[in-house]
Order: sequence, then structure tokens, then C-alpha cells
Amino acid sequence: MSDHILTPLTALGKTTSTTDIIGGITLCENPNFAIASLAVRQGRGQDLQTLLTPVLDGELPGPGRAVLSESATAIWTGNGQWFLMAPLSEHPDYAAEIKDLVKDTASVTEQTDGWVIFDLTGDDLVPMLERLCNLNSKALAAGHATRCLIEHLGCLIICRESGRNFTILGPRSSASSLHHTLVTAAHSVA
Amino acid sequence: MIINHPLLGPRDAQEFVYHGDASLIDRPDANAETALDDFHDYLYLRDNPAGSHKELWFHEQGLRSWLVVTRDTTTQEISLVELASDYAKRRGWDR
Amino acid sequence: MSQRNRLEGGLIERRRPLSFSFDGKSYTGYAGDTLASALLANDVRLMGRSFKYHRPRGVFSAGSEEPNALVELRSGARREPNSRATVTELYDGLKAESQNKFPSLRFDVLAINDALSSFLSAGFYYKTFMWPSAFWEKVYEPAIRRAAGLGRLSGEEDTDTYDKGFLHCDLLIIGAGPSGLAAALTAGRAGADVILADEDFLMGGRLLAEKDLLSVRQGSDWTADVIGELSNLPNVRLMTRTTVFGQYDHGIFGAVERVLDHVLEPQPHKPRQVLWRIHAKRALLTAGATERPIAFENNDRPGIMLAGAMRAYANRWAVTASKDVVIFTNNDDGHRTARDLSANGVNIAALVDCRTNAPTWKEFEVFSGGEIINSRGRLGLRSVKVRLQDGSVKEIACGALGLAGGWNPNVHLTCHKRGRPVWNKAISAFIPAPDGDPLLRVAGAAAGIFSTRGALKSGAEKAIDALEDLDISAHMPDLPEAEDAPINAAPFWYVKGGKGRAWLDLQNDVTVKDIKLAHQEGFKSVEHVKRYTTLGMATDQGKTANIGALAVLADLDGKAIPDVGTTIFRPPYTPVSIGAFAGRSRGKEFRPYRLTPSHKWAEEQGAIFVEAGNWLRAQWFPIEGETHWRQSVDREVLAVRKSGGVCDVTTLGKIDVQGADAAEFLNHIYSNGFAKLPVGKTRYGLMLREDGLAMDDGTAARLAEDHFVVTTTTANAVSVFRHMEFCRQCLWPGLDVQLISTTEAWAQFAVAGPNARKLLQKIVDPAYDISNEAFPYMACGEVTICGGLRARLFRISFSGELAYEIAVPTRYGDALIRRLMEAGREFDAIPYGTEALGVLRIEKGHAAGNELNGQSTAAMLGMGRMVSQKKDSIGRVLAGRPHLIREDDYRLVGLTPVSADSTILAGAHLMNIGEIASAANDQGWVTSTAYSPHIGSSIGLAFLKKGDQRHGDVIRIVNPLDDGDIEATVTGPHFIDPEGERLRV
Repeated sequence: MSDHILTPLTALGKTTSTTDIIGGITLCENPNFAIASLAVRQGRGQDLQTLLTPVLDGELPGPGRAVLSESATAIWTGNGQWFLMAPLSEHPDYAAEIKDLVKDTASVTEQTDGWVIFDLTGDDLVPMLERLCNLNSKALAAGHATRCLIEHLGCLIICRESGRNFTILGPRSSASSLHHTLVTAAHSVA
Repeated sequence: MIINHPLLGPRDAQEFVYHGDASLIDRPDANAETALDDFHDYLYLRDNPAGSHKELWFHEQGLRSWLVVTRDTTTQEISLVELASDYAKRRGWDR
Repeated sequence: MSQRNRLEGGLIERRRPLSFSFDGKSYTGYAGDTLASALLANDVRLMGRSFKYHRPRGVFSAGSEEPNALVELRSGARREPNSRATVTELYDGLKAESQNKFPSLRFDVLAINDALSSFLSAGFYYKTFMWPSAFWEKVYEPAIRRAAGLGRLSGEEDTDTYDKGFLHCDLLIIGAGPSGLAAALTAGRAGADVILADEDFLMGGRLLAEKDLLSVRQGSDWTADVIGELSNLPNVRLMTRTTVFGQYDHGIFGAVERVLDHVLEPQPHKPRQVLWRIHAKRALLTAGATERPIAFENNDRPGIMLAGAMRAYANRWAVTASKDVVIFTNNDDGHRTARDLSANGVNIAALVDCRTNAPTWKEFEVFSGGEIINSRGRLGLRSVKVRLQDGSVKEIACGALGLAGGWNPNVHLTCHKRGRPVWNKAISAFIPAPDGDPLLRVAGAAAGIFSTRGALKSGAEKAIDALEDLDISAHMPDLPEAEDAPINAAPFWYVKGGKGRAWLDLQNDVTVKDIKLAHQEGFKSVEHVKRYTTLGMATDQGKTANIGALAVLADLDGKAIPDVGTTIFRPPYTPVSIGAFAGRSRGKEFRPYRLTPSHKWAEEQGAIFVEAGNWLRAQWFPIEGETHWRQSVDREVLAVRKSGGVCDVTTLGKIDVQGADAAEFLNHIYSNGFAKLPVGKTRYGLMLREDGLAMDDGTAARLAEDHFVVTTTTANAVSVFRHMEFCRQCLWPGLDVQLISTTEAWAQFAVAGPNARKLLQKIVDPAYDISNEAFPYMACGEVTICGGLRARLFRISFSGELAYEIAVPTRYGDALIRRLMEAGREFDAIPYGTEALGVLRIEKGHAAGNELNGQSTAAMLGMGRMVSQKKDSIGRVLAGRPHLIREDDYRLVGLTPVSADSTILAGAHLMNIGEIASAANDQGWVTSTAYSPHIGSSIGLAFLKKGDQRHGDVIRIVNPLDDGDIEATVTGPHFIDPEGERLRV
């Protein structure tokens, strides 16, 4: 850990995370995620998998899927591409950590600050998700993860529990717009 | 429109950007004697078929894959969707 | 309260009376009423004035096809013109006003138009308002707007909220009448994912409007049972008040759900309407049919309406338009209306059937072979004139007339994807083509199957059929016994021989005469007739009008109706409010915006912001005493050149390029070489398009052998990334290279000015030597700052001064700008915005968006020699086209006005002195201009023919739009430090 003197802000421009409770829906900005993107080098898929197996407790996820393990979340983000996510407080330089691990089997890029992350929980989030993105929301099950458009913003949605618990990643610079959209949709269905 | 993405399944065309004729994949040899004419034809001469058309779509709001989509321009029927990288490799563009 | 036209029975809740007002007068209705049924119950027949002639009009239908009973609903900002009273669900406190009347509905001065009707015939606008053109804005348009028109907009911002959403299903069933319900039951029991949508607030469709029994039960009871079962199925979504208004490619449907249109005021945050985009694997159209009228002279009076609507009002709403009714029919269905009304206690004064073999009944008199030829009653029907089979004429007193001209299947949605309906002789109507869209099947009355039994059966069958496509096996449910009467109809569209006007299109005031006139004037194609006469336009799109007009045209041409053809139905099926399409995207949230990491801090400084794409960027930072933007910008520019300034440049696109072949990849996409760029160095790169013109410029920094960071301009960040992915995936799929955007991940600040290094040395941790020797111009590297925060440092300059760009993880951007400004205080460093950034780059002669506008070659930009001929890069071959490398082509130059107080305007053209300012003599154009505090005058960048050979020449800058014509001296494009010494100190 470094002991520099700069104070970070969350994507919503606050020093602490913002929580909105709207009816039975809880929307919480989660600034404590480190993200590293992983893109496999040509012909190195098997080597990458071997190096990552201990971290993921298994295989890298396939299209539309995420692996939600104890130590890390791995999300398929494209052909030969994944996001790895872990608690930022424990992994302040996550991309470097992962690069050390995967060596030249994959390109690793720091993505922690590219995103705003919202945790969305509630008893029935399907009506809200139907207002937000063009996915068959009721069919999303734990371990599903996919890119989608939310109010013109390219987002990533991870289902942790069907209908009840989702993580939404959106472009960080548009955090306020995305937050507004999520809050509006929550009010609309709450 | 719906494009049946080879990896993700059916996705709304709103997520894609259209880029026209897939013949753009067949880029001429820049070192050929006839390169100037070849590139001219490559860039400016396109077929505009009423019927089956191979065309490029970019999944910009998704996983950023380029696709080769075979679409009937008269009925909108999409008969085939492939990853452009697979298509290009099949045509020998991976050297 | 008296509801003198209220009958017994019906599906209204008599225990829930609702009060409402129409034209300021209070009335009472019941829950379950529509505005139309409640007004009829209160004996209000007059509901509006017609579009062109201001004729008194009343309700004509009982559904969304209504042409006449259009009202302004609600008041103030919520006023909604052209609301159809027939589908407006009654609520307590509803306020409605009639439209298109002055001063009142009963006395309308513009009814004079009716007397002037011979001047207002088909093509009136086209013939009358030809010239003078100046009259259009001043006379014709305002006058027409006032005289001819429907309701008035409120002119205020809509205070309600709207939302939108996305739904997915196996089977979308459009319309919840007998066939739709049978289909939903079949598909729901099979476990399919079903959406059943209906525009009405009650499901059941025609079952709610009929007295016929299903087995031994009321249709409405059977409906309630089915709805009950469906609502308990988790795989079935029932959507009332939902109009599926359009069908689009590949099973996408548009629908609008009127969630809270039926309340006085929606609760805060709750949307009034939701626009749905429905993805249906299969769809079934069970939208029923629309009855058609029979045209005769003066057939438009209040009280004259569709017979099936009368039956619906009597059976569902327990209302009659009058106690004395006449029916005019060409088929058995008219008899059914007469019998139902009679059973409900309404006096059927006569049933006039144009067929000579009409059935007879003991309850009322039937005139076989008769025709209604005229009507009387100024503000409401008083009597009709009947020509009997023997030719004699009889006048019959009545307050309402029901017209039963047969039924048209509601085929609209089958036409949205170019489906053309076909003529069915048995029912004299168009039905969907049998070989239509496999994604959209049609059942029930929409398919021309009019009996209840047929509708139930075909609904279930088509659902089974559609689900078979999806490998879902479904079974025929037990369907109740139902009416299965044959269609006995004689085609009969309009009564011939009258001298007066017989209306075909009530909403647009189009008469039989208008169609004849249009035909006589050469408008024979149905599409032309529509546009010339306005037939079938406006809110009802001619749902009750078009077929009659086709019949008139067919007679005129001696053709059959199917040979005349139909106009094409397009979405929306019924009008959809703009608010629903806008949804949440309103005001500030019209589109998402992007904030820079220093946004919060810049706001605190009082910065003025500008939209750059979706970004909001600080444009300048006014300080106390500055009253004009130029004062702020000049100060910022001078401060940077004198000492130092800081600017947020996060918005520049940043693309991470990694892989064993990363350098080779950059060699392909940049016109200049990158393979030999050492680690720890940055290089300027010019990207060409394949046609050889410049696409974008930026820098690539090599952080490791296999790792570059590429920057793009803010404007092209998205398109350059797309292009790079195209090159990677489509052109060179064999290269080992991976791309990802990191624009958002790093907060990046330019620190520029002679004191930039001193300032940064206070921030960068001492372990990192950033002296000129250790970290020279174009160096780059990873450092730590402020006691250990990792950062990236690039020694690059856009301003022409000693400058760096420093990047930290975005969350530290706010803290860093504060720290930088604090550290810069001793140097009087200032923050500068995009305006100063622009001035600095113009002074330095850097090309930007104005120069990289898709028309410039590398040679024009003075970078011709950068295009490496040794490698295959995008655009290299075609950049070599002879015309693009002509020596006498345009070249980038600088311009300073001969007279220092003249202003150079961007976009102005360059002319030689002594030549006429004409396109033929054009020498080039000004691309960018600014006031340069450094030069002390306006300066400009321009593309000038042979510009590189004309430094020192004087040239004219001509702006004919503003009579501008000044002289300027041509210089090199670099107004400061052309040798680049300041960059390297």
C-alpha cells in the first residue's frame, strides 16, 4: 500500500458511496472493486487457463457468463476477453498483480477507474430491469453476465441472484447519468 | 432488426453499427504493380444486390466484434452471421 | 343526476358513480364507462365540429377507430387534444372540451364553411394557396390553422413522466377478444412465455359487447374465468390499456401502455405511459374487425353511428344514443343490433335493409330493398328519409341511426412489413394474405373469421401452430359452444343518385363528390386520391372511411375493389404521444452526459462549460472583474506562455494496444513508422483513411516492447477505436494484438508553460528524475506522485510550450487538480479551458478537427513526408493518387491581417488581390481562427493553393455572406516558436 496524500472520489463525485432505497429496491454505488481486463494472446488460451485456475477455482467463463468465486469475479466480456474483479481495498494495484500471474499469456489492462459500479438488490428487480435494458430480464440467472445498452450507455450487467441481486457496470464519466436513469426507473416501478 | 450473434445469440440491431459490403475484408496487396487500381476498385466499386448481401456489422455496444452478416436486402431475412475474424481467416488473411 | 339514456344491465359499476364535465357542464357516469358512453347516457349526442366544414358531429363508433368524437382532455399543461371519447376511460373529475368550435359547440361561426362547401372541395389547398408565396406564412397558414384543425396543444411543457422498456416472449397475442383469449389459454397452458395485449381497459373484445351465450354462460363471465386462469399463470403477462401499434423486422413490435391515463393525475415519479419494445419469437394478430358505414346524403349528423357500436353501447355500457333508433344494413349483423337494442327496451323505429330478401321480425318493421337517402336535424338526428323498394319515400322520426355495412378485418399490422392484403369475396373485405409473414399469424375476425365459434377455434389453432415453430407442444382447450352464424351480406357501399354531400371520411370531411372530383381531375391511383383529398389521413387513418372511397373509385373506373388496390397501412395503428417516444430522455437527461474528473472542482471555480460530444468541458475560468469571455481566454493563454497552466485533457481517447505484434499493428494503422519507437518514448502519429485522406491524429507512447498507449482526438475517440478493431479483426486477424479503451480509466491533465517542470517536480516523487536530460521531449514513463500514487507521465505538448501530460487513476483526478493548482500557486499557474487550448494550438499551428475534416491529405497538412512508403499502412496506396499529391494543391498556412484590428473569420475564402471574388478564382479557405494575445491580433489557419510557396504574400479573405473583404499576410502555420525550441528546454 502506498501512503500518498490524495483523497479519491467515487464515480458519483463523493467521498463515500451513495445508497438509494426506493420502495423495495436498494441501489448502492460500490467503489470497492478493482477491475483488470484480460485479453488472451494468440494461441495461449490453455496456458492462461492453467495460470488462472487457482485464482478462479475453475475455468474462465464462456460467452454471457461470469464466475463468481470467493477470491475474484471473472466475467466474459468478448472473444478471448474477460474482466477480473476483486475488492479494491485488498488489491490496490490489481492489474499488476494479474499481469504477474498471467505473464505473457494475456494482455492485462487496468480498468478499475473506467467504470462506475452499482449493486442492485430487491425482491423483484425484473420490472425495473425491463425498463432499462433490452434483455430478457426474467431469464437472467445467477452467473449470467452480458453487455447491454442502458439509456444509450454501454453497460455490463452481472446477475448474482435471479431477479434479486445484480451488479451493473457503466462508463464512469457518465456515472451521474446512469445513476439518474437507475433511480428514475426504480421510482417508476417501486 | 435482430442479429443472431454467433457468440451471444439474438441481439437487437440497435447495439450494432453498420459498415457496408463485407468485401472490405478482401484488402488488395499494397505492393502489387496494380495496387493503385486494385485499391480504387476495392474502395469504390461495390455491388448493390437486391437479394443476398454479405455485409459488415460492428457490435459496438456489446463485445466489439465485427460480424459478417448475410442479409437479403429485399426481405431483411438474415441467413448467416459469422465473426469477421473467422471469415477473414478462412479467406487467408491471417498471413 | 339524470342519465336518461341509461338502460338496464351492462358491465358498468353502478355503485361507483363518477362525476365529470364536458364543455363546462357537469355530468355523472359510472366506473366502466368511457367518456363517450357516459355522454350518450346523459343524452349528449353533439360532441364536436368537423375538420373542414365545422359540421356538428357526434360519436360514431365505440372504439379506437373513432373519427368524430375527438375532445381536448384535461386542462393546463396536461391538455391533450384529439383524445377519442370512445376510448377515454371515465374517471372522477374528468374534464373535457369539444374542439374546433367558436364561440361554442352549439353555435360555431365557422359553420359558414359548410355553406361555402363548393369552394372547399378536393384539392382545395392545392388550388387556392398557390401564390403569392409570401402569403403562406402571413395569411394562408395562420388562417387555415385556425379554421381547419383539430384540438389545440397546450403550448406548455408536459408535466407528466413517461417511460419505456423492453419485453421478450415466445408468443405475443395482439387483441384479447375471443380468438386472442382462446390463443392465450392454449399457449399459457402449454407453458409458453405469453404476452396478451389489448388496447381496451377490459379484456374480452367483442365478447363484452354481445348478448350471445358461450355454452350457457354470458360471454363476459367466460371471459372473466379465462382471465382469472391466465392471471394465475406466471408465464402469461396480461397487458390491458396497451396498443400494439407497429410491427418491425424480425419479430419486434412497438406497444404503448397507458398506465395512468385513467386517473386525474398520476402519482409523482409514476409514468403515465410506457413505450414497450417487444421482442416476440412469434406473434398472433387477433385484433378483430371494424364495422363500416354506408354513405348517403347528410350521413354525418350526431346520432348516426355504426350499428355494432350501438350494440356495444347497449350491451356493455347499458346506453343508447336515443330511445328511437333506425338501423340501415346490408347484412344480417344489422338485424342482430336491432334485436339486441329492442330486447334492451329501445324502440326500433325501422330496420332498412338494402337486400330484397331481408329476414323479418315481429319486434320491429323491416324495409327490405330500402335505402336511406337523407337525414334531418341540425345539431342531432331528428329523422331519416327512406326510399322504399317500390320507389316511394318515407320519413321516419328517430334520434339515432345505426349503419351496418359489414366488417373489415383489422389487417393493419400485417401490412407494416409490406404485406398486401387480399380480397375475400365472401365477406367483401380485405383479409391478410394467406402466405404472409411466418412470424405473425392471424386469427379470428382479423382473419375474416367472423363467428364467435370460428374466432375461438382459429385462435387456439393458430397458437398451437405458432408454438410448434418453437418446439412447444400445445393442445386444443375445451372451448365453449358459441354462435356460428354464416355471413349473409350484400356489398353495398353508398347510396347513389343524391345531389348533396355523402360523407366517406368524417374526420377529414371527404365526400363521395370529392372522390369523384379528384378522379375527374386525373387522380386515379388510390395513393394519389388519398393525398389530394386527404382521405384516410389524421388520427383515425380512415379506419371507417377507406373502403367506401375504394368502392367509389372502383365504380368510376368500372373495376372491382381489389383492382383499385389499397393504400399501405403504416405504423402507428393509433396515434402515440411524442412524450412516450421521448420517455426518460428529456431536458438535461435528453442524452447521457460525461463529466471530466475535474468537473466538480471546475464548477467550484465558476468555470463556463461547453459540450464536446457528450462531454462537458470547462471552456474558460472567469475570475473576478472579467466581464467578457475574451478577457478570461486572453489571460489564460498569456499565463500559459509566461509561466504555466493546467488543463483537463481526460477527454482525449486513450486506447491500450498490447501484444507481441503491437508495433507491427501500429505500423499498419499509422502512416508513419512505429516499429522502431523505443520503450519510454512517445511519437506523433497520423492516421489516414483507406482513401488516403487524413482521419485522425494523436500520439502513441511505448510503455513496453509489447505495450503502447494510443491517444485520439476527443471527437474521434469512438470512430478510431472502431476502425482499429476493424483493422485488427478483419484485415490482420493473424496479428497478436489486443485493444481496449482506457479513456475513462485515467484522469489526464496537461501541465504547460515554462514552469511546467518545476511545478511537476513538486508533485512527482523524488525517486523519478524528470529533468530535461533524464526525461526529454517526447519521453514517457510510469512514475509515482504525492508519496506513492502510481501515475503516467508523457512529455508532449499541444500548446507549443514545455509541457507534460500526467495521468492518474480517475478517482484521484479531483485530488490531483487541487494539488496541481496548489503546487502551481508560487508560479501563478492558472487553470485553462478548451477555448485557451484552442488559441494555444492555433498559435502553434497544430492541426485539429477544423483541419482534419475528412477533406485533407497529409500533404495539405504539411505532413506529406510522414507517410512512409516502406510499409503497408492504411491509406498509403491511395494517398499516392496523382491528384492528391499535386504540387499546386492546398497547403496549411498561417494568416495575420494586414490591419491589426481586422478580424479573420473561419470559413471565409481566400482570393488573390485584384481578382474578382468568385468560385473560379478561389484560392482556399480559412479553417481556424482566434484572437492571439501573443501576436496581438486575429490570426487564422487556412488551406491555400501552393501555400507553402507563398509565405509573405498578401491575400484577400472574402466573406460574401457579410460583405467581409480584408487583406492578410500569408505565413507559416506556426505563429510561435516555429523551430520548436520551447518544447525542448
